Amino acid sequence: MAEGDNIALRADKLAIRRGARELFHDLSFVVRAGEYVEVRGANGAGKTSLLRALAGFLKPSAGQIHFDAAEEPALALHYLGHLNGLKGSASVSAHLRYWSGLFGVSSSLEQSAARLGLMALRDLPARVLSQGQQRRLALARLLIAPRPIWLLDEPAASLDGAGRTLIGELVDSHRQRGGLAIAAVHEPLGPTAHASVILA
Amino acid sequence: MFAAFANPARFMSLSAWLTPVLGAIAFILFAVGLPWALAYSPADYQQGETVRIMYVHVPAAWWALAIYAFMGGASLIYFVWRHALADVAARAAAPIGAVFAGLCLITGSLWGAPTWGTWWEWDGRLTSMLVLFVIYLGYMALRSAIEDEERSARLGAILCMVGLINLPIVHFSVVWWSTLHQPASIFRPGGSAIDPSMLGPLLTMAFAYLALFGALLLMNMRAAILRRRVEGARLRGAA
Amino acid sequence: MSAFWSTFKRDFALMWSAGGGVVAPLGFFLGAAALVPLAMGPAHDALAAAGPPLLWVAAAFAVLATIERLFQADLEDGSLDQMLLSSAPLELIVLAKGLALWCAIGAPIALAAAPVAIALQASPSLVPAIVVSVALGMGGFVGAGLTGAALTASVKRGSVLIALIVMPFFAPPIIFGSAVASSGFGAAFLLLAGCALAYLVLGTFAAAAALRLQAE
Repeated sequence: MAEGDNIALRADKLAIRRGARELFHDLSFVVRAGEYVEVRGANGAGKTSLLRALAGFLKPSAGQIHFDAAEEPALALHYLGHLNGLKGSASVSAHLRYWSGLFGVSSSLEQSAARLGLMALRDLPARVLSQGQQRRLALARLLIAPRPIWLLDEPAASLDGAGRTLIGELVDSHRQRGGLAIAAVHEPLGPTAHASVILA
Repeated sequence: MFAAFANPARFMSLSAWLTPVLGAIAFILFAVGLPWALAYSPADYQQGETVRIMYVHVPAAWWALAIYAFMGGASLIYFVWRHALADVAARAAAPIGAVFAGLCLITGSLWGAPTWGTWWEWDGRLTSMLVLFVIYLGYMALRSAIEDEERSARLGAILCMVGLINLPIVHFSVVWWSTLHQPASIFRPGGSAIDPSMLGPLLTMAFAYLALFGALLLMNMRAAILRRRVEGARLRGAA
Repeated sequence: MSAFWSTFKRDFALMWSAGGGVVAPLGFFLGAAALVPLAMGPAHDALAAAGPPLLWVAAAFAVLATIERLFQADLEDGSLDQMLLSSAPLELIVLAKGLALWCAIGAPIALAAAPVAIALQASPSLVPAIVVSVALGMGGFVGAGLTGAALTASVKRGSVLIALIVMPFFAPPIIFGSAVASSGFGAAFLLLAGCALAYLVLGTFAAAAALRLQAE
């Protein structure tokens, strides 16, 4: 599918409340095709909530989120959260096949697996993988189903140096294809961020 | 945030005087209705004096059902329009409805015991009320099991609405089964119509229950709103 | 459709490999159905009258025993987020999970209902009606179970809570199903079929609405 072309994500005076506490308000930014934006802030500042709101999982208490995309938002984005979305007893290949069915694509699973160094682990159940390997398996979703918008919540968590470099490369090639990425990070990921969104 | 509490503020000032008024009305109606029902109304030609339990049992049954419908409506309003008071109302009404349902079951048992010779009979309507009682318990249990206030409200609203749709199905199935297996219910004194002389005390008791529900509902709602204010202040102080 | 079948295949496979697999609910059903007759002793007439409801209650318990983790696991490991981003609507995904549960538990128990019914003194001519009605009734139980599981997905150790919530929904299928065991493919059967279908449809939509709230 054609990624990019005039993809944009716009947040307009966003406010998010969790329980009785308002995390932030009056947050506005735009991310366009080919851009990579970092979200920074202390723990509890609302980085995860912001990404989940952009993903459509929770509704902001004020403000709007606009997607200039060809399809509806839920089909145009990928969300990589703290949790990997893995089932311990299912094998690596079973996960790849499941995601390819879930997202309605039929791409080459071997290619994605190879890119992420998972080929040797194909038949192992997810629970015997290390944290880093599980994280890389979760990243496979991004490659299996090409979608223009990537929302990444601390993507490099539990990854070693090689893993972090890998993510940087994935984000870079994603941008070159016209996609956009927003990542909540504590340290720089690799690619030069186009802009930073700082949450107090 | 403040908009959500503007209405509750008006509610608080309204309920501040309305609650005792409703309480007084309930007291008066019970003071008139109970002696009328239990002493001064005619006995039934079939059941004798035990029919007097009807005056406690039947309004309890009506209101147990009506309160659940009220909760369903409030849940719908909350689910669609996010009106905070609607959720407070639904949650506050639940224990009252549960008590009315329980009262209906107990008085039903007491009513039937002399006639049936047993302390419980799986009469269609009584069994339906038992299921309604369980539905109330399930709703209250779910609301208290979920700690997050808003999530508890929205999930509770779904459960209440789904339960409301299920209620006619349950009632139909239970009555269908009991008409296959049992003669007609005893819970219709004097045959299929209620004698007009019984209507007076019955309606008085019915309105007494209504006033009582109103007073208790407002009391519960006020307590819930005050509790939320305290917790909100505590959280802001900690943040 | 591929999202539907991928979800079905994954969930069905997971149920096979989960604690006890498919054998456990089946064994549970047989054990639960045997408990009361065991206690009653050889009272044939009483058993014949009590048999159908016993069978149905045992089937209902078997569903209750397995639904607690249906959505809770997805909520805890992050799979629910991905289901919300699927190419198919969440309702279809929920239905796929329900179908997997029915295939893993509903169908085997429906087949097991045949020998159990005979053991509970049912007349052999009614066994086909009993098996088909249990299969349908299990569909209804699954529908109600989907709602209960979705509403309680965030509650730890919520199995008692789920049971309390779905019990009022289990009553009509149990009543109609028990009647089928004595009257065969008649009015009771149609009522059961309608009820089960209504629960499945209603349950799917209610569960999806609840899951969206759980993901917040």
